[in-house]
Amino acid sequence: MDLLEYQGKQLLAKHGVQVPPGRHADTVPAAVQGAEEVGYPCVIKAQVRIGKRGKAGGIKIANDRAEALKHAETILGMDIRGYTVHEVWVEAASKIDAEYYASIILDRSEKKLLAMLSRMGGMDIEEIAETDPSALVRRHIEPGEELTAEAAAQLAIDARIDEDVTGQVGELLLKLHEAALAEDATLIEVNPLIVTSDRQVVALDSKITIDNSALYRHEGLAELRDRSAEDPQERMAEEKGLTYVKLGGNVGILGNGAGLCMSTLDVVAQAGGKPANFLDAGGGSKAEAIVDALEVITSDDNVSAILFNIFGGITRCDEIAKGIIDASAKTAIDVPLVVRLDGTNSEQGLGLLADADLPDLHVEKTMLGAAERVVELANA
Amino acid sequence: MAIIVDEQTKLVISGLTGREGSFHGLRNRDYGTEVVAGVTPGKGGQDVEGIPIFEKAAEAVSERGANTSMIFVPARFAAGAIGEAIEAGVHTVIAITEGIPVHDMLRVYWQAKEAGVRLIGPNCPGALSPGKSNVGIIPAQFFEPGSIGVVSKSGTLTYQIGNELKQAGAGNSSIVGIGGDPIIGSDFIDILTLFEEDPETELIVMVGEIGGDAEERAADFIAERVTKPVVAYIAGFTAPPGKQMGHAGAIISGSSGTAEAKKEALEARGVRVGRSPTEAAQLAVAAIGARA
Repeated sequence: MDLLEYQGKQLLAKHGVQVPPGRHADTVPAAVQGAEEVGYPCVIKAQVRIGKRGKAGGIKIANDRAEALKHAETILGMDIRGYTVHEVWVEAASKIDAEYYASIILDRSEKKLLAMLSRMGGMDIEEIAETDPSALVRRHIEPGEELTAEAAAQLAIDARIDEDVTGQVGELLLKLHEAALAEDATLIEVNPLIVTSDRQVVALDSKITIDNSALYRHEGLAELRDRSAEDPQERMAEEKGLTYVKLGGNVGILGNGAGLCMSTLDVVAQAGGKPANFLDAGGGSKAEAIVDALEVITSDDNVSAILFNIFGGITRCDEIAKGIIDASAKTAIDVPLVVRLDGTNSEQGLGLLADADLPDLHVEKTMLGAAERVVELANA
Repeated sequence: MAIIVDEQTKLVISGLTGREGSFHGLRNRDYGTEVVAGVTPGKGGQDVEGIPIFEKAAEAVSERGANTSMIFVPARFAAGAIGEAIEAGVHTVIAITEGIPVHDMLRVYWQAKEAGVRLIGPNCPGALSPGKSNVGIIPAQFFEPGSIGVVSKSGTLTYQIGNELKQAGAGNSSIVGIGGDPIIGSDFIDILTLFEEDPETELIVMVGEIGGDAEERAADFIAERVTKPVVAYIAGFTAPPGKQMGHAGAIISGSSGTAEAKKEALEARGVRVGRSPTEAAQLAVAAIGARA
């Protein structure tokens, strides 16, 4: 789960990181009120889970109440590359002497946390690495190792951070590490990390990813998750406990298992189709889960045909067939449905489907045959 | 021979008394796996269809000679159970449990490394050596004994490929599901190493998916160290960046982790990559045929 900037900053503040004072708002009057409280000049920042908000016009400085009103009206409700802005963060403007980059991330390859620091902040990490690789200092935190104040300060020295703030920057790294462990974060990025004109080290932005598997031990963070889905189908799927990703095409897809489902999207695309979604029914799906899944898929108006690609391992194909039959009894499925059932109890499943004799249901034997058929039907 | 599990496997199952644990544990026993014990705190002294339950994994090792542990306990207790199995002295731990926090996995990953214990998973279907032993949830009916080793991040995709191999008359030495989580105990390279050393394995099928760089690293390793032919399949060409595709580790971040990059890395090092599971199975069968 990715936190919004202000949620991340509040989390960092909890771990002793200095952040500018600010107010959260989801209406124009609340944003203006927030601006009045933090004082002018202030910055009104769109809160969306996508980068480069500034370039898209989602970050504006307000010097008085009239400007705060104007910017809040513009930013709230604006679209930033497919994300609608529902919330803003109104923050006291900072006087900036220097912009750095600091992060703690999980390095999957090395199976260690990685601390990174650069004196060139404000651009993204790929850009930093490209522009001046020597300006980016990296250090793995060894298993069981406590990152010490000396090691962190050394990192700041190696990164050629301004001498008078190496202590503060080192301490900041320690706090980021501590926060990563305490909050089950797999990424904490502060970019830019600024030095203010009175030489204070302050986090001006934050990008934090929390491990979903650990949310059970972070009640406060778990509450934030429910509000993260943007798309109506994705929200509906989340409520039903299904793993669904909207992709925008017209071929609705259901598979069992993440790998097989991804593979199904690929073969549909190879057959010339455009997948509407990824939906993993999971292992051992029962009939009710299939009813729910069909409801989510068909609620997407773009869908003009649906493919069920099931290879039953733990999943029993007769349960899948029952789910399809139950779903069509509950609601009319008004698009063609192509079904491929293989594996555990596939004969029983296919028998049930044959007996039910549902309209516009097409059974295919192989995954490739089913992909070709569904594309043909979707584009008919 | 075969790898990870075989006739020598003596299995202790953490969570055998649970619904999933008993279902799959007993299926493993029915297949011929020697299931010697279960572990459930508070239920020591009981049994599950004749399999004795102990309080601690260490007792299963000392009293029943267990050498392999399978973890079926709920996610929040799973890392603890893995740690306990490592300390108990088994040589292999296979963790089926899904949803173990990443930071917990980091801890037990290094604990296993230091103890010299092989950890497979978590969030994986386990390992099957057809005709010998099955530890996990892989449906054994889709696989025959043979000479193709399979290593995969995905469960159902493996069954799909295994079934196509079987229909084409080819069988498997071992099938190993390594899981699709960000931190896993054994990576492609670890399993490729074992298949390379296994005399029964003549060809290796590697099934990858988007996220991380394990496939790219495996490509380098194959070029340098693997003499046996390798056929690969990668899932997720149509996955958009930034969206998690089911598995916790299946996410494209920025420009890294894409299926295209993995395919290119593998092909650049002489590994044939099937465009679909079917084509991957066909390539494997053709390669085996050419060698026979």
